[in-house]
Amino acid sequence: MAPGTASLTRPRAPLALFDLDGLVAPEELAIRDTVRRFVDDRVAPHVAGWWEDGVLPIRELARELGDLGVLGMHLEGHGCAGTTATAYGLACLELEAGDSGLRSLVSVQGSLAMYAIHAFGSDEHRDRWLPAMARGEAIGCFGLTEPDFGSDPAGMRTTARRDGTDWVLTGTKMWITNGSVADVAVVWARTEDGIRGFVVPTDTPGFSAPAIAHKMSLRASVTSELVLDGVRLPADAVLPGAAGLSGPLSCLDEARFGIVFGALGAARDSLESALAYSQSRIIFDRPLASYQLTQAKLADMTLELGKGVLLALHLARLKDAGRLAPDQVSLGKLNSVREAIAIARECRTVLGAAGIVAEYPMMRHAANLESVLTYEGTSEVHQLVIGRAVTGMAAFR
Amino acid sequence: MNIVVLVKQVPDSGSERKLDSSDNTVARASADNVINEMDEYAIEEALTVKESQGGEVTVLTVGPGSATDAIRKALSMGADKAVHVTDDAVHGSCAVQTSAVIAAALQQLEYDLVLCGAESTDGQVSVMPALLSERLGIPHLSGARKLTVEGTTVRVERQTDGGYWMLESSLPAIVSTWDTINEPRYPSFKGIMAAKKKPVETKSLADLGVDPASVGLATATSRVLDFAGRPPKGEGVKVADEGDGAEKLVGYLAAQKLV
Repeated sequence: MAPGTASLTRPRAPLALFDLDGLVAPEELAIRDTVRRFVDDRVAPHVAGWWEDGVLPIRELARELGDLGVLGMHLEGHGCAGTTATAYGLACLELEAGDSGLRSLVSVQGSLAMYAIHAFGSDEHRDRWLPAMARGEAIGCFGLTEPDFGSDPAGMRTTARRDGTDWVLTGTKMWITNGSVADVAVVWARTEDGIRGFVVPTDTPGFSAPAIAHKMSLRASVTSELVLDGVRLPADAVLPGAAGLSGPLSCLDEARFGIVFGALGAARDSLESALAYSQSRIIFDRPLASYQLTQAKLADMTLELGKGVLLALHLARLKDAGRLAPDQVSLGKLNSVREAIAIARECRTVLGAAGIVAEYPMMRHAANLESVLTYEGTSEVHQLVIGRAVTGMAAFR
Repeated sequence: MNIVVLVKQVPDSGSERKLDSSDNTVARASADNVINEMDEYAIEEALTVKESQGGEVTVLTVGPGSATDAIRKALSMGADKAVHVTDDAVHGSCAVQTSAVIAAALQQLEYDLVLCGAESTDGQVSVMPALLSERLGIPHLSGARKLTVEGTTVRVERQTDGGYWMLESSLPAIVSTWDTINEPRYPSFKGIMAAKKKPVETKSLADLGVDPASVGLATATSRVLDFAGRPPKGEGVKVADEGDGAEKLVGYLAAQKLV
């Protein structure tokens, strides 16, 4: 047997080495396994093609995800499954192992649009939208970011003006996932009494949502502009439970929590693919995996992945205990996405030239993670949040 | 319409499976144990019949304590309750002995229809429904690719290599199903969370009135005497194409009696 090919132990999957399943309840594992199987069956065979073509069969996938109970899964009542936050995180991890676009669809539906209606809506809002959204029959989007106001949402220019008892919304929202396909938009706008949220059926006159073309990231996801051209809404369109920016920011915390897990799914998929490739690719008469430099890469990536999942599980347990603070979510979001994109890129180097084609997932994941690094709070903003937490000094501006 | 689905936990056919060298039985402790794949189709069929006809779906399994994982899976898909027969004396039982245990358990249940997968991926003896049919004195309709129930009549299309047979019998009956019969649903999250609250009744051989001496390896009608690992894959044959590649390939296939 040639040097370096001796196999003393059976190879183990990177996360199996950490033996983490014991940290998770049986029904949480069952939920994870169901999502993993769904992604293997329904997403993995098609996703490279969707990405290349810049499409995602959102309606079809949303109904299937709704049947499983994925949409708004961590919310209680109104047709939602009411799982733990841990189960929701594990589901996000499996979805993003498929593609960040799929996880984005679920994050925006469940953690942004449904969460906002669930937490801040009236009973009428909840009854009208949540059961249909949980089933995947109605799609939601969330309009906070504007062309010039991403990290600084307080500067938003979109206004909601009172006209009699009606509200009239005017302005533009940008980088809105699911925008062009949504049935309902939760839109945040400036009023005389500060920032308020509105439930906007997308067939309201004056509302349009042109898709943003030529994306080099999140290609299997719909990203749109929302144009609000004098959108007239009845008095009861306003979300009664949210006043000021704390409302939308709490929604973002929900979605960020999903990303803490999700990004690690993209990393796991990249690493598993690179591992398999390195074991079968023969270079200078030996498997690529048998070379020390390759093993150093694989070992470092395995370690970062496992550490990331451990942190994510810890944050999930804090969330389930009702003790998760926003700056703790920043710890997870910054770490998971930063390490995930580093892993995806490193995996590309393991494959050499083969790493750039769609047959392998790491280039797609790396390109997707460029968006994930930026949305739901950029890495820089999360560094500032953590910096503020440990110094007591805010350095945002 | 009360339906009992027979479910078996087996080592995952997709991962490495071993026999225990101390008694030549399946090494369960080291295996990745899953619900027998074919059984998921039987569960799905039971749930479909229940959805159109009403009634209750009961899962019945014989197996060690860890077989509760297979039960949970079936309950999370939508079955209503489960009976888990577990008794150390059953270890190493052959199909004939096991059928006596299952038949005794079925006799304590109310059923119109018994469904099971046409084979399991571990032993692949594939005689359980026939043995139960004989023990219970009910009709056996094997290898269904389609099933309909009307009143007290069950009709199936029995899949064969050459086509299919149309079979019909009165209820109660036992039907085994192939994976062509449906597409099993994914367990929904609500189903997964509801499963832990569904009743699972655990029964011993004493509860069933089965003599422990009548089952188990010592009195099994068949047992594994010896086993050997699969020989390592040999070196492949390289055919160099010197203008006669096709001829050489056909020659090789002919020598292996493959053409």
